[in-house]
Amino acid sequence: MTGRTLRRAVSNLMVGLMVLAVVAALVPLFFILADLVIRGAGSLSLDFFTRTPAPAGESGGGVAHAIVGTLLIVGMASLMGLPVGIAAGIYCAEFPGSRLTWATRFVADVMNGTPSIVVGVFAWAWIVATQKHFSALAGSAALAMLMIPMVLRTTEEMIKLVPNSLREAALALGYPRWRTSLSIVLRTTLPGIVTGALLAVARIAGETAPLLFTALGSQYLTFDLNQPMAALPLTVFTYATGPYEEWHRNAWAAALVLILVVLVLSVGARLAIRRRFTLNG
Amino acid sequence: MSTTLAGREAEPAAETSPPPPLERAAHGDRVFRGLLTLGALAVPVLLAFLVYELWTGSALAMARFGFGFLTSSTWDPVAEEFGAAPLVFGTLLSSFIALLIAVPLSLGVAIYLSEFAPKAIRQPIAFLIGLLAAIPSVVYGLWGIFVLIPLLRTTLFPFLRDTLGFLPLFQGPIYGPSMLAAGIILAIMVMPYVMSVSREVLLAVPDTQREAALALGATRWEAVITAVVPYARSGIIGAVILGLGRALGETMAVTMLIGNRHEVAASLFAPGYTMAAAIANEFSEAVGDLHLSALAYVAFLLFLVTVAVNALARLLIWRVARGSGAGSRAL
Repeated sequence: MTGRTLRRAVSNLMVGLMVLAVVAALVPLFFILADLVIRGAGSLSLDFFTRTPAPAGESGGGVAHAIVGTLLIVGMASLMGLPVGIAAGIYCAEFPGSRLTWATRFVADVMNGTPSIVVGVFAWAWIVATQKHFSALAGSAALAMLMIPMVLRTTEEMIKLVPNSLREAALALGYPRWRTSLSIVLRTTLPGIVTGALLAVARIAGETAPLLFTALGSQYLTFDLNQPMAALPLTVFTYATGPYEEWHRNAWAAALVLILVVLVLSVGARLAIRRRFTLNG
Repeated sequence: MSTTLAGREAEPAAETSPPPPLERAAHGDRVFRGLLTLGALAVPVLLAFLVYELWTGSALAMARFGFGFLTSSTWDPVAEEFGAAPLVFGTLLSSFIALLIAVPLSLGVAIYLSEFAPKAIRQPIAFLIGLLAAIPSVVYGLWGIFVLIPLLRTTLFPFLRDTLGFLPLFQGPIYGPSMLAAGIILAIMVMPYVMSVSREVLLAVPDTQREAALALGATRWEAVITAVVPYARSGIIGAVILGLGRALGETMAVTMLIGNRHEVAASLFAPGYTMAAAIANEFSEAVGDLHLSALAYVAFLLFLVTVAVNALARLLIWRVARGSGAGSRAL
């Protein structure tokens, strides 16, 4: 009888330890979010969003150049990465037996695990070294390369959720395969593919490492994709590691803006996916 | 739409009498498949291109240093002498510290969420921990510099030195930026990945495993530890290795916390360096061709290691959760 009680106690103790692990895992999240709001929110002002940096050490100025830079670099990356990723994803879902599908899926897994800094070195060697100058476009190319495997996977999985009967119904009505794919299968999964794309955008918007020696960063507002350009993550890095108190304040504020963008995109996308594909089956 | 697409491809003579529907459909199918094939082909081609660029980029350093690159610990851009031993050491040690902290935590959370937690809180907790994975690396670095390091310097580090100071690991001056600080931030960053993949693996364990153990009189914990976890073992190991892959390649947060010094130190309080951090810090400022090539060599090695680690992880996860797609989702 005592053996039984002891075993019960061990079981309860382990569950207690696991609850502690859950708490320990959630503490950093709350601390990080709270610190960002406490230290960052105070520096947010209209100037912060509309002006470019003040000379080093002086107060005032903003990060308009970095916000514009992030929008342009990420926008350009999406234009390059999304079509390729989505097309490859459709291919993998529509032709599951093909040898190319196997190879593409395998390579996408490899690319998903590749450190983003390595992709940055690749973009440097490919674009910056041949053009002989840093450019926002090289940064976009690196980010696009990071997007492709993520989008490929979500697209493929979303398409696989479409019941075969839907496909068969369209084919039975005399639709050719390509129209079945485009106007039946893709139409059904479009919201899923869009949320997958949003998730990928959220992931790359916060990437710093691949931009370090491609887009490089800049103190000026520029719209020229062929020039070095600032981006929010780069600004956070430069300001956080710089010597000035004012820079540190701006780093917190820029990080707060960055995380708001990333969280709104990724939480929104996740909630949309969940509502559509988990609750409704 | 079908007529325009097919019409563009058709012979001029066909303008007057359109081809029969089946033939038109075949045309459309070919165009459609062709476009998709281009997209699918681009992926392996890009990767091949990446390997090629890294290979040619590091050729100079490879020819000059060979495998001695891995064992030499001089890193002197002025004398053009490069050895990556401290970088490899720092990468492995910081990742090891990260896993040491993250694995028990994430397995505890994963087991709790898949076996014990009330249904209502499972999804919300998994969702919140997933948010940790959405926070950009540079934000972890910022938080690490201004919150975590001051905290560690006044609490955990002195405590470790006072209690475990007889070990060389916990001796020497406390600067703040250090191997241990980098390991701790890495642990926080890697945890959501290990947690979510091992949870998916545990969910893929058939219920009959649990029921059989419970029917034999096991407590719920005993059922988990004797029947569920062993069944999922290789998948859980896969999840841990996947986390290792993440930790090895993590750049920004580590760069900001590790102290960036080309040294192999016994103490965890001493600054160190990792492969990814060295590339991040020195690449845009490297002047000599050999310096650049040495950094590309480091990138190439890092790439090879992460590919091997990830391939192993996928294989192990796939063995348990075959067909469930566990671990390949982009979180």
